[in-house]
Parts: sequence; C-alpha cells; structure tokens
Amino acid sequence: MKSMIKAIFVAAALGSAIAAAIVPARAQLEIDVTQGNIEPLPIAVTDFLSSDALGAEITSIIAADLQRSGLFAPIDKGAFIEKISNPDGAPRFEDWKVINAQALVTGRVTQESDGRLRAEFRLWDTFAGQQLIGEQFFANKANSRRVAHIIADAIYERLTGEKGYFDTRVVFIDESGSKNQRKKRLAIMDQDGANVRYLSDGSSITLTPRFSPTRQEITYMSYESGQPRVYLLQIETGQRELVGNFPGMTFAPRFSPDGQKVIMSLLRDDGNSNIYAMDLRSRTTTRLTNSAAIDTSPSYSPDGSQVVFTSDRGGQPQIYVMSADGSGQNRISFGGGSYSTPVWSPRGDLIAFTKQSGGEFQIGVMKTDGSGERILSSGFSQEGPTWAPNGRYIMYFKEGSGSGGPRLYSIDLTGRNEQQIPTQNFASDPAWSPLLE
Amino acid sequence: MSGIAALIRNPLVVALFLTLAVAGCANKKTPNNAADLGLNGGPATPGSARDFTVNVGDRIFFDTDSSVIRADAQGILSRQAQWLNQYRQYAILIEGHADERGTREYNLALGARRAAATRDFLAARGVTASRMKTISYGKERPVAVCDDISCWSQNRRAVTTLSGAGS
Repeated sequence: MKSMIKAIFVAAALGSAIAAAIVPARAQLEIDVTQGNIEPLPIAVTDFLSSDALGAEITSIIAADLQRSGLFAPIDKGAFIEKISNPDGAPRFEDWKVINAQALVTGRVTQESDGRLRAEFRLWDTFAGQQLIGEQFFANKANSRRVAHIIADAIYERLTGEKGYFDTRVVFIDESGSKNQRKKRLAIMDQDGANVRYLSDGSSITLTPRFSPTRQEITYMSYESGQPRVYLLQIETGQRELVGNFPGMTFAPRFSPDGQKVIMSLLRDDGNSNIYAMDLRSRTTTRLTNSAAIDTSPSYSPDGSQVVFTSDRGGQPQIYVMSADGSGQNRISFGGGSYSTPVWSPRGDLIAFTKQSGGEFQIGVMKTDGSGERILSSGFSQEGPTWAPNGRYIMYFKEGSGSGGPRLYSIDLTGRNEQQIPTQNFASDPAWSPLLE
Repeated sequence: MSGIAALIRNPLVVALFLTLAVAGCANKKTPNNAADLGLNGGPATPGSARDFTVNVGDRIFFDTDSSVIRADAQGILSRQAQWLNQYRQYAILIEGHADERGTREYNLALGARRAAATRDFLAARGVTASRMKTISYGKERPVAVCDDISCWSQNRRAVTTLSGAGS
C-alpha cells in the first residue's frame, strides 16, 4: 500500500521566481495554536483553473477541510475582487488585503497525456506579499479527493506549524435498522465522511475496529463464529484472520504502536476479563493482568512502554496505567463517577476517556498521571474517543435522548468546534487512521 | 416459597404480568421477537422450550453495574435448574446482557460476568456444567428500547436459551 501511494503521488516544489526573490525567512503569518481561544484565520481559497468542474471541486474540499478544523475561516467567493487567471504569477495582493484575506490559495488542475491529474497550488501571505508554498502533485483521477486533502494538509502544516490530519480515514460501525435488531457493519470512509466503503456484510455483529499504525490493516471484534472474537482484516485485499484461538470471548483489541502486537481482553472461565498482548509474528501471548475483575479497553502509550486500561477492581470502572510488561498497575482516575475507554494521545501527553457522572456521559482528557482532567463534551450518551493523528482533535460517538441512534462527532482538544461527521446511517466506534502515506 | 412458585407456574398469571410490563412501557418497548415475550404459538407442552419460557421464566434481571444474582432471580434460577434437570435433552446457552448506560467494551465484559454468574448458580443447583455455554451481547441486543430506567432495567438480564431435541 505504501509503495502504491508513493507511486500515485509525486510532489515537487514549484520553481518560482517570485518565491526565490523573497527572503526565505519564516513568514509572520502563522496561527498560534497554543492559545486557548483561537480566532480563525481568514483565508481565500480560489477555484483552481481547470477545463472542467474538477478545479472547483478540489477547491471546495480544501476550503471545507480548513473550515472544519476551526482554525481557518474561508472567505466567501462572492467577496473576491481579483479573478485569478494566471496561477503562476503573483496575485494583486492589495485586492486580497482589502477583503482581509490574510492567506490566499491559487492553483491549477490539468490532465497529463498519460491520463493522470496534475494539481499545482501556491499559498500566499498577502500582507507580506510573499509565496509560502508552491507544490504540484500527480494522481489518478479517482484520487482527486485525496489530492485536495493533501493540499489542505500542506496549508494547515505551513500555517499552524503542526502536522495536518485531512488525508486520513476513519473506520467505524455503520448502524441501521431498529434499535433492538440493529445491523452493525464495519465501514471505512475519508475523515470528512466521503467515500464510504463497507468491509463486512452485516450478517453478524461487528464492533470496535482499530487501525494499525503501520499497515493498511484493522483489528476488530465480530460475532461471525458465534462466540465474539477478535480478528485482523487487510483493508485492500479483504483477507481476514482470527487473532489467536482462545476458548472464550476475546474483545477490545488495539494495536501496539509498532503494529506488531494486538493487545486485548480475554474472558476467563470465572466471568472476569484480563488483558493479554499477542505478538502477531511469533503468535506468543503474554498475560498482563490477573485480577478477579473486569480489565479491558487497553491502549498503548505511543512509545509502547506503558498501557492504559479500564478496570473495576476497585468496585466501579476506573482508569489504570501499567508498564507494557504488566508491572506497576496504578489507578489514575479519581474524579467523581466512573471512567472507561481510555486512549493514549499520539503526542503521548494526554489520555482521552469516557466518564459517567450524574446520569450523563462525558468525553474528556487528563494527563497521563490523572491530573488536569478537562471535560470536552457532555450529554445523554457519548463514548469511545479516538485521536486524530496530530493529537489536536478527538472523534467519538454520541446519541441524544430519543434521537434513535448514535452519530459521529469531532471536537477540538480545547473543547471548541464540535462537529457532526456526515454519515448516511447511524454510526459508532470511530477509529482514526494514521496520516496516509 | 412453594406458594409463590405455584402462583407463577400458572400461565395466566405470567401472561397477565407480561401484559402489565408491556403497558408500563407504553409503546416504547418492542420485543426482540416473539420468543422474548414467550408468546410463540402453540401450547406450552410440558418439557417444551415454550414451557420453559412461559411457565418457568427464561430470564433474570440485575441491578445497575452488578452481576450479583438478586433474591428474586434466585427463585427463577432454582426453578430453571429443576426444569433443566428434569429435561436433560437440551443444550443450554446463557446470554448475558447489559443496559446502554455503560460503554461498549465494559458492557461486553459485564454481560459475560452476568452470564457466568447465572451459569455458576445453575451448576450449583445440579445442572451439568458441560451442557451450558455462555455468550455476552453487552448492550448490543436490548429488548426494551426507550431512553429511561423502565427499559434499562429490562435490558440488564441473563437469558437461558435452549437448543437440542424438542426445541
């Protein structure tokens, strides 16, 4: 997969006399994402020149990505003064400063003789009168949405100084039918809700899919053999495989950061659940917890040295951290209420969780020692946080009282900018992919 | 004890109780299927699966986030054990379920613990362990689907299902 994608996209810096003439110093134009309350940056995303509608389509995907991030405010095209007719030349910066477009995106989409798309774009700092990026990408026409997401990531990275997250996908559970006979199918889509593809037929319940951090592979739980069990699925080939052969239920799987292990819960004969790690190459299994309690929802720290998990060994579900070998198990959640579904952030500094308190469900984050708890969203029912690969956004599923079923939502780490991800049916258990390569 | 058992053994009383339970939830409850209410057609012939569902009671309920067999459930399970020991042709699958007021993975584990507690209770009453299997559905298979406690309390359950000859 990796090599295939590399073959599809060839990025190159556009030679630009304009850019070369300017001091190559870091531009003043930058969003300070460390502040709690961010004023979205006004940006003009002009339609890429093209002989068909594709230029405008790509532009609208870029603008939508930037808008949803909460860090950018794309300016309505009706306000534009200059019509970009030559994307190779400098724009009339005054025309863009007048409408307060601090950043400007111009570009062109053409078709190569071999049928591939060629997308070129430039990002301008209008107040400094300076080009910040000039790049071009080649792609198959079927991948035009990805080209748009890659360009949006390049803009996001240049202006925020953080990695982007638009060229990513989300695996989730598509839910249809009445609540007591609901069909739960494995599905995958782009992070903006486009390109939905089903990965299971819905004849048996599938739950809790999670992306491999290193391969186009997911692990999930399914009832297809009767007893609920953890499986691996190669996304491109559709090849499936049982993870281990245990007598009882296996559930709550998640990959290790190197993609070589799956950590999960195994049901014991006494009805309690313990956490095990299985090495996918050697097929050896290591037991990490051994309590007469429910131990589940394990999640590795990004360096692989620690595991955070849920246990009710203290009487109700709470969050614990242990070393990756199972030693040093310590409770870290001490707020009022119960805590579950902990997920370590890709940056390593925070743990996202579901909290139940006062009859409500909440999505929150805490530091890895349990301090600094912040609730990002509260409501009738919401659970299952997953991190965007840049660690700035969290996606989860949420259901209002009487709404009939769950939908996917994303929220900024600061608790701002909660947005529903458009899905045709009800949806749950989102899991964000790493940045595609 | 024998008086209560005799009362509940009466199919009419059971039917009345079920009617009240449905009315109490005012259209909010939709049965999973006919078997969930024990309303399969045909007579509840002694020793039939329907006899078990209607006259013995195929399910018990739990308190929130608990897998302790409640006093009311102990009576039902004792009758289940008696019946299962009499009709040994059945294989037994015990389903553990949770309400929706918990997270998905934790509730899978909770449903499994409820099913195991039910199995262990039946085993202690003489039901052969090798006849019994358990499965957890977590909160994935509610029978009552309203958004309040009247439904949640019905979903926190363990259901003893029968397969094999005569079912």
